[in-house]
Amino acid sequence: MQLTEKHREYWSRNLNLTAVLLGIWFVVTFVVIWFARELNEIVIAGFPFAFYMGAQGALIIYVVVIWFYAKRMNEMDLEYGVHEGDD
Amino acid sequence: MSAPVSSNMAFFNQLKKYYTFYTGGFIAFVIILAILEQMGLPPKIIGYIFLAATILLYAGIGVMSKTADVSEYYVAGRRVPALFNGMATGADWMSAASFIGMAGTLYLTGYDGLAFVMGWTGGYVLVALFLAPYLRKFGQFTIPDFLGARYGGHLPRSIGVLAAIICSFTYVIAQIYGVGLITSRFTGLEFGVGVYVGLAGILVCSFLGGMRAVTWTQVAQYIILIVAYMIPVVWLSVNITGNPIPQIAYGQALSGVTAKEKELNDPKSVLGAAELTVRAIHKEKAAEWGEKLKALDEAVKAGNGAAFHAEQKAKVAQKLADLKAAPAPDEKAIKGATKDLDTFPADVTALKAKWKGAETGAKGKAGAVPAHAAAFSGKGAEKKLMKEAAEKGETPAPEAVAKAKAEDEKVSNSKRLNFIALVLCLMVGTASLPHILMRYYTTPSVRDARKSVFWSLFFIFLLYFTAPALAVLAKYEVYHHLVGSSFASLPAWVSNWSAVNATLMKIVDMNKDGLVQLAEITIGGDLIVLATPEIAGLPYVISGLVAAGGLAAALSTADGLLLTIANALSHDVYYKMIDPNASTIRRLTVSKVLLLIVAILAAYVTSLKPGDILFLVGAAFSLAASAFFPALVLGVFWKRANYVGAVVGMTAGLGLCMYYMYQTYEFFGVLAPLWFDIKPISAGVFGLAAGFVGVIVGSLISPAPNKEIQELVDHCRYPNLEGDINTNAA
Repeated sequence: MQLTEKHREYWSRNLNLTAVLLGIWFVVTFVVIWFARELNEIVIAGFPFAFYMGAQGALIIYVVVIWFYAKRMNEMDLEYGVHEGDD
Repeated sequence: MSAPVSSNMAFFNQLKKYYTFYTGGFIAFVIILAILEQMGLPPKIIGYIFLAATILLYAGIGVMSKTADVSEYYVAGRRVPALFNGMATGADWMSAASFIGMAGTLYLTGYDGLAFVMGWTGGYVLVALFLAPYLRKFGQFTIPDFLGARYGGHLPRSIGVLAAIICSFTYVIAQIYGVGLITSRFTGLEFGVGVYVGLAGILVCSFLGGMRAVTWTQVAQYIILIVAYMIPVVWLSVNITGNPIPQIAYGQALSGVTAKEKELNDPKSVLGAAELTVRAIHKEKAAEWGEKLKALDEAVKAGNGAAFHAEQKAKVAQKLADLKAAPAPDEKAIKGATKDLDTFPADVTALKAKWKGAETGAKGKAGAVPAHAAAFSGKGAEKKLMKEAAEKGETPAPEAVAKAKAEDEKVSNSKRLNFIALVLCLMVGTASLPHILMRYYTTPSVRDARKSVFWSLFFIFLLYFTAPALAVLAKYEVYHHLVGSSFASLPAWVSNWSAVNATLMKIVDMNKDGLVQLAEITIGGDLIVLATPEIAGLPYVISGLVAAGGLAAALSTADGLLLTIANALSHDVYYKMIDPNASTIRRLTVSKVLLLIVAILAAYVTSLKPGDILFLVGAAFSLAASAFFPALVLGVFWKRANYVGAVVGMTAGLGLCMYYMYQTYEFFGVLAPLWFDIKPISAGVFGLAAGFVGVIVGSLISPAPNKEIQELVDHCRYPNLEGDINTNAA
């Protein structure tokens, strides 16, 4: 089994995507928590911002992050010809 | 490797048909019961029918899915479509703690409770990015399988087995406890009996059909639990805000709650002034408990702990005797005193814990109402100082103000640090618990594994982003309709629950003004979900539905966990290490016998009621995070990671985590000082760090892994390679 340049490119693009999405995960989770006291001063539609992020905002972003990763990787499998057989 | 498109599609359509039909049937069943209730069927019978019908249903699916095929037994034949695997994972994941406890925790702790909401959802990002697709490509049966193949030798596999058993067993005890609690509450059986009845329900699902049966019952259980959770919340939301989407509507309710908090804390308002009188009573009580605790501590210091305990117990006994000897015995008081004597703590340490709890409770109620949405509130030293100074009519010295400010900030920062540590442990623990990771072995392909993580989190998300809304809506109801109402005409749900269980709902007119003040109400967290149907004015049948939902949540998680333990023992220990030539029938028989033994052992341990449930759950996450995460992730992302690294990292991570818990958790009685103020529930942060350092250092000081292992890593990284090896276990 010999890996080609194309294979290496697939893997490094996967790593980049993983790093970017992990960065988003980190910001909406830990950065928001760190500044929660300050961010709670901002109130939108009755919700203090940090409270809203913890209760719902971050959760929505997690779902979107995972959806995007699955979509992008499944496309990339086809693009680089490493997709599985029939389905 | 994967079945042709047409057959997978046909299977998917067939499943969709079955489960649509099932959901319709279930709703019809609820409606029929509702009609019967209107015709006069008593609530107790409704409770029985609900529990019996759902357990029979799960048993039916279990029997229909019985199998003697190894791949069907361990990984449901690897043909579970992404969507259905998502539902099964959702049920597997959401335990009694999520279903019943979560909204209550949020009610009681506000922002600080959100650590659980974020931690238990954000972990799936790690599952998606670091584990699920790679484990699916590897495609065997258990998590120790991966450790064994990636790092070679029996040792990494054995440590994996040990860790899987430790964390799954800790977690399963919490689940069986939940099963016992629900069964006993809704049928009136003893807790111990409830545990074994629930256990029977768990076993019928997993015993005959292994993963295959568990998967299809979990899908059915997910449907029940999500319907049961949503109906009462939507109804409550319509009642309070007029908007049927609680997740949006509760912003309005939150503003209402915040305004009320301010009013209750304002001594110039009518409500605020009334609160102050009750708080003063609590303050006195707290001082009384403080005195008692001081006496206890002195007795212990003097070595008279046992004598002190006996003396206190004698006092309670004397009180009971006096009551009985009175000319006109007061039945209610005698009953109360008998219970006090029966439940009197067994030794002086337990007595201290009980008194300490009473003191903390009274102290908490003596203070101002905390703001629901406020993050990491300090201890209020600055406010207290300003208030005292204002009463005396002087301005406090700037140094004193600065000191109080610093004190507040220190408490607040420590809360923030613990919040972050807990979120991290729960997230990484989610991405390490073997019973969850195992589920991604059951999809038909890597592609489906990725999609399946999305569906898993989506289905979990539906419940988790509703819980904060429920907490706020319930708080709105209590603050606006219960507080300030008259003791003569309490809402029905309040009198019902306070009569049933005083730990869930207790309400006493302490200042004898005939009106309810917030500080006179004590609410147990579990009440919120259990009482929502009644608060919203729904018929009893919905309460039965909620009980069935809670039972589904606890049963499905317990099933997944028991199967993980039994598989680790039968597949990894028996088949891979003891007898690799065992026949299929023998392997499955061994697995089933072990399942039975583990289940009975777990039920036995549960009936002893060990420790605090929330701590058990947290501990399972910390342990899993420390033991598995570094070795699993580096195994895929770092080719250089090797045998020595894995052994050192896993041992160090698990060891340090257990050591810290032993040193600091009060149950073990050592009570060593905390490191960086981190509470024992988050011991995983230290274990995780030790695990990563261990794997990296251990790998670098020993030779790189051989070519075959490097090829295995590439094999896991690419969904399909030309001339690829095949690691799928059949």
